[in-house]
Amino acid sequence: MQIVLIGLNHKTASIEVRERLAFLPHEVKSALKEIRGSSWISEVILLSTCNRVEFLLTTQNVSGAIDTVKSFLAGYKDTPVEVFEKALYVFQGDDAVRHIFRVASSLDSMVVGEPQILGQIKSAYREAVELRTSGPILNRLLHKTFSVAKQVRRETGIGDGAVSVSYAAVELARKIFGELKGKAILLIGAGEMAELAVDHLRRCGAKSISVANRTFEKGVALAQRFNGKAISMAEISEHLAHVDIVISSTGAGHYILVRDHLKGLMRRRKNRPIFFIDIAVPRDIDPEINRVSNIYVYDIDDLKGVIEENLNEREKEALKGERIIETATIRFRSWLLSLDVVPTIVAIRQKLEDIRQAELKKTFSTLKTASPEDRKAIERLTISMINKIMHDPILFLKDCEHKENVRSLYIDVSRKLFNLDETQE
Amino acid sequence: MGLVIFKISILLYIVSSAVYILYVFLQKKAMHRIAHTLLWLGFCNHTLFIVSDYAELGQMPVQTLHGTLSIFAWAIAFIFLVFHIRFKLMVLGAFVGPLITFLSIVSYALPGKPATVSPLFKSLWLTVHIITSFVGNAAFAIACVVGILYLIQEGEIKEKRQGFFYRRLPSLKLLDSMGYACIIVGFPMLTAGILTGSIYSQLVWGRYWSWDPKEVWSGITWILYAILLHERLTVGWQGRRAAVMSILGFSVLLFTFFGVNFLLKGHHAVFTKW
Repeated sequence: MQIVLIGLNHKTASIEVRERLAFLPHEVKSALKEIRGSSWISEVILLSTCNRVEFLLTTQNVSGAIDTVKSFLAGYKDTPVEVFEKALYVFQGDDAVRHIFRVASSLDSMVVGEPQILGQIKSAYREAVELRTSGPILNRLLHKTFSVAKQVRRETGIGDGAVSVSYAAVELARKIFGELKGKAILLIGAGEMAELAVDHLRRCGAKSISVANRTFEKGVALAQRFNGKAISMAEISEHLAHVDIVISSTGAGHYILVRDHLKGLMRRRKNRPIFFIDIAVPRDIDPEINRVSNIYVYDIDDLKGVIEENLNEREKEALKGERIIETATIRFRSWLLSLDVVPTIVAIRQKLEDIRQAELKKTFSTLKTASPEDRKAIERLTISMINKIMHDPILFLKDCEHKENVRSLYIDVSRKLFNLDETQE
Repeated sequence: MGLVIFKISILLYIVSSAVYILYVFLQKKAMHRIAHTLLWLGFCNHTLFIVSDYAELGQMPVQTLHGTLSIFAWAIAFIFLVFHIRFKLMVLGAFVGPLITFLSIVSYALPGKPATVSPLFKSLWLTVHIITSFVGNAAFAIACVVGILYLIQEGEIKEKRQGFFYRRLPSLKLLDSMGYACIIVGFPMLTAGILTGSIYSQLVWGRYWSWDPKEVWSGITWILYAILLHERLTVGWQGRRAAVMSILGFSVLLFTFFGVNFLLKGHHAVFTKW
């Protein structure tokens, strides 16, 4: 039984291809059912997110399974194979295991360390469990995947450091103020990024939002959204004495705050620190202001620098994650291999039992005179013969569980000896 | 016997400091726990050492530089451990630990305590004077270290570097409040130290204040910290300026502690000379 992963992601496929092949939530069920119907595929899970479409499956025949998935994708999504074939990657065995571990740990994500992917894999797995398309191997693999992903997140800093402008602003504010509870915010202008930053700050406990906008009505509307109050642009300098964080995002082509505006400000503030976040391009806030003691000014490039630094840091942490995954992959492989011995024994027993039943039936049909006691004796005889015959081969097979290097060979020979795989098909 | 106990303390301090430093690099919480536990053990052991000396001498063992450095190290450990409960400044140990270790080792290397203490020095006022002065000084020492950390972190934020220290140091707010708390504790202790010292002086020499260099410099130190506190409360000296003042204050204090004894003369001289 081979574990195979076939799929494409943001690195191999363009957005056009991805959106053509992505499965909507309600499509996943029917897709799983359909693909499970193929004789090549024993277990299957389908993971479809905006960045990837992947089939994780187990099969006896790898090339058969790959062809099945390809033609299924082409048929279900009504897309010629040529469109996506180049973008497809196929991993087998250890590589497939490693890949699903990496994906779940967010090492393979567009933004390394983003936390959503684990949840997406969990719900993909849930679908498969509900439809019973996942079996013993994938169940085990997925449970292992969840624990590996958690371990990576716990033991490395892969999720540390903000990687969006608004979160970077919040993180910086934390480094300055510690607790953000009760901090007062002034939003100058408007804009998606700035409003997002205000949202984040509010979620962290920041209070009393005030909004200054060139169009006062707009300011009032925005202030209502944040449960704050609107002020006029002319009031800004005066208002600075009462706020801790200023987020500026106007369309003005010049500085709206220069050092002169801040004269006497720190005295009135009793030197309490103030943090300016300037998201506007061109900038709203004179960078000179950063020189004033206890005032901190970050513009959009500074914040992007923070993000870049954090991403670099995450990449470094990702290397630690790779090590954890490598260990887990090896551990999973040895489980998988040990698993092979047991089904082999079970299959041999089953085959002998089938033969026994067939032969008994044949014998009893001709042996009409035998009493019930005689029949029982014959039954017992056949059972004990099989047990005696099986004794040494089973011991041998169980023993080779521990012989890493020859195990797969012995199991292979045993299966051929009893012609197990032919009969299964 | 006593020195063996001290030796164990030093050993614990050394290992603790090493693990604290390792923690700063590797950021494994378990390491911090180990280092912190070791420091507690070293500190308790050190307390035992001082108590046994006190029992033997009938006074705090501060008659030589060996004794004063040992008590200074002990007081710093005390303040550090107590403040950790409130502020949990995890990386501070990597700075304070080695300081404690260094002072202890120097103390250990210096000639030991005198066999007897003149009855002149056996006064409760003097004991209180010694304890409050040292605890106050220790609080100022921590304030100085925290002030340095503040300046480092402020530099990181102002210069927009997200480097090694930026990630490991806490918020400016926390550093600032901790420095402030150290001064808040240190200042009354210093005041009490000066007051009890002058009461003792009145009892022994018949005058409260004799313009001894140590007394003068203590007065200067006191004024410096008084200014810092006053300005903080009225104009809100916080952040950078408070950090700089804490460092400055401690430099003056160090001079009062060592410099005066070595360079100038006075009735404290022998204690911090060998």
